[in-house]
Amino acid sequence: MSLQFILTVTLNGLTLAALYFIVASGFSLIFGLMRTVNMAHGALYMVGAYIGFAVFDPIYGSAWYSYAWLIAIVAGIAAVAILGVVMQVVFLGWMQGQELRQALVTIGLSIIIADQLLANFGGSPFQFFAPDMLFGPVQVPGVGRYPVFRLFQVGLAVAVGVGLWLLLNKTRLGIMVRAGVDDRQMLAACGVNVPLVAATVFALGAALAGLGGVIGATAQPMALGVDARFLLISLVVVIVGGMGSIGGTALGAILIGLAEQWGQVFFPTYSVILTFVIMAAVLAIRPQGLMGRKIA
Amino acid sequence: MIMMTNRQWLMTGAVVALLLMLPLFLPNFWLANILGRAMVYGIVALSLTFLAHYGGFISLAQTMMAGVAGYAVAMMAPTAIPLGPFAMSYGYAIPLAVLAATLTGALVGLIAVNTREIYLLMITLALAVGFSLFAQSNTQWFRGYEGIRNIVGPEVFGMPFRTHLVFYYVALITAVLLYLLVLYVVRTPFGLALQAIRDSARRTSAIGFSVALHRIGAFALAGFIAGCGGVLITFYNIGITPSSIGLWPTVAVLIMAVIGGLGHPVGAFLGALIYAVMDTFASSIIGHDRFNTLIGLVFLTIVLVSPDGVWGIGKRLAGLGGGKEPVSDPVAKLTAGGK
Repeated sequence: MSLQFILTVTLNGLTLAALYFIVASGFSLIFGLMRTVNMAHGALYMVGAYIGFAVFDPIYGSAWYSYAWLIAIVAGIAAVAILGVVMQVVFLGWMQGQELRQALVTIGLSIIIADQLLANFGGSPFQFFAPDMLFGPVQVPGVGRYPVFRLFQVGLAVAVGVGLWLLLNKTRLGIMVRAGVDDRQMLAACGVNVPLVAATVFALGAALAGLGGVIGATAQPMALGVDARFLLISLVVVIVGGMGSIGGTALGAILIGLAEQWGQVFFPTYSVILTFVIMAAVLAIRPQGLMGRKIA
Repeated sequence: MIMMTNRQWLMTGAVVALLLMLPLFLPNFWLANILGRAMVYGIVALSLTFLAHYGGFISLAQTMMAGVAGYAVAMMAPTAIPLGPFAMSYGYAIPLAVLAATLTGALVGLIAVNTREIYLLMITLALAVGFSLFAQSNTQWFRGYEGIRNIVGPEVFGMPFRTHLVFYYVALITAVLLYLLVLYVVRTPFGLALQAIRDSARRTSAIGFSVALHRIGAFALAGFIAGCGGVLITFYNIGITPSSIGLWPTVAVLIMAVIGGLGHPVGAFLGALIYAVMDTFASSIIGHDRFNTLIGLVFLTIVLVSPDGVWGIGKRLAGLGGGKEPVSDPVAKLTAGGK
């Protein structure tokens, strides 16, 4: 096993982890503030990709084609953010505190969303074309030629992570969110419009799923069934990393991404199992996740 | 929750007698493809209702436990195509398969022993989907995407298992026995301690019960029930594939249990029946192939309007509680303030 091979597999794992982080951080954010397990997160990922592509496809054929990808990202994020606000305001907000009921509602919504996507867009796979700047290979020391888009994925994930950290730790909204995690009622008593904060957080978390959808469908072809995969990835990543912790989500994503890639090297058939062995081991040793706070 | 009154025994007996006589009136299609199917999937939903109502666990791993039994019986079945390495007669294969599901249930309980509520939901979902992905990627024993075919079941009194009448009666008798088993178990010391743990784990452990052992025991029993259902489902489908135990079938069992009502074991069968009827006639209700939207809407409506399901609606309409006893709402109860 050459050094180049080791580096390549590790880099593959990290770029995969970057995508997982973008998607799972939205899931973790929503859970962190509202204790809502958004089982529709995978469906939101798919909505981002499908709406993004519906916008991308006609523009790519026109004179504006070089902007198509960026417009698709904006459209995907906006559509999913709006959908997230609707979910929170119409369905989830008024049953705050009934966590299982909320989870069941999001399961119902995800079934309807996935079926409607199938009905309106059909089931054929598609893929975004990255803009020229992010297209093609680039020379990476020690690895050789590597798709530049996958490196961009890592940069984007770092930007998302840093952005979320700044948002949560350095802004007024972040203060309100963190206060809401600890004590919602007291926050409301202080005069903060908690439902508005909740809707904002839900929009943000959903938007990350939408962003992940477009990014993911640029890196790999998009097909039906990815909603299940990304819901599962989000679950495992936040269970391993710890609920509601940005650092924990990053750690969980890196662990799962690396485990998936290295697992495929060592035991191709059972690489899926490795992910779940990690999850079970973390649960046995630290039920709250590697960086999670103790479950009350 | 309460031991059955004379009236309830009478009603149960009447329903079972009616179901036993139905083959005289109903066409074979209804017997096997709607009622029989509702019963075998209802058994898996029953295992979830048992865990949810008496243990307070909403587990999404019940389809996985059924799948373990299904795959186990398929690997050991003498008729399997391709024939497994452990082929033996159904007389041994079926009990071993149910045993495997029971052990899987205990294992799931062990993994999830420290988790509750929403965490349990997530972990069991991850385990269930993980198992189906594993079955899909393993070609040596699980035969990958293709799965294992031609699991026709044993002959009963010289008749093939897939005969409509044989399948219907075996499913009915198994379902009734397991239903009564659940009602019996929840009155045993084990079942009572389980309900005490549901209401307050700390207090129950303070008076000397092992919370962990009771939880694992409950999951093992749920595994046994789901395993019986899984074997029958495999015979019903004449085989098993990874997609039959994936995310969607997992959620389908949850939908059945919730639509029927998590407040009473009978809800599992009600929900499974509603699901089977809708699945069969969806195309004539809302047009081609949009079954998922229909069932999703029904599920969403039930969760939003009546979290205790059809059974809860019926109970309120019949006024069985006399207005004094609040209708049991396990979903709300489970989530109320994390008791």
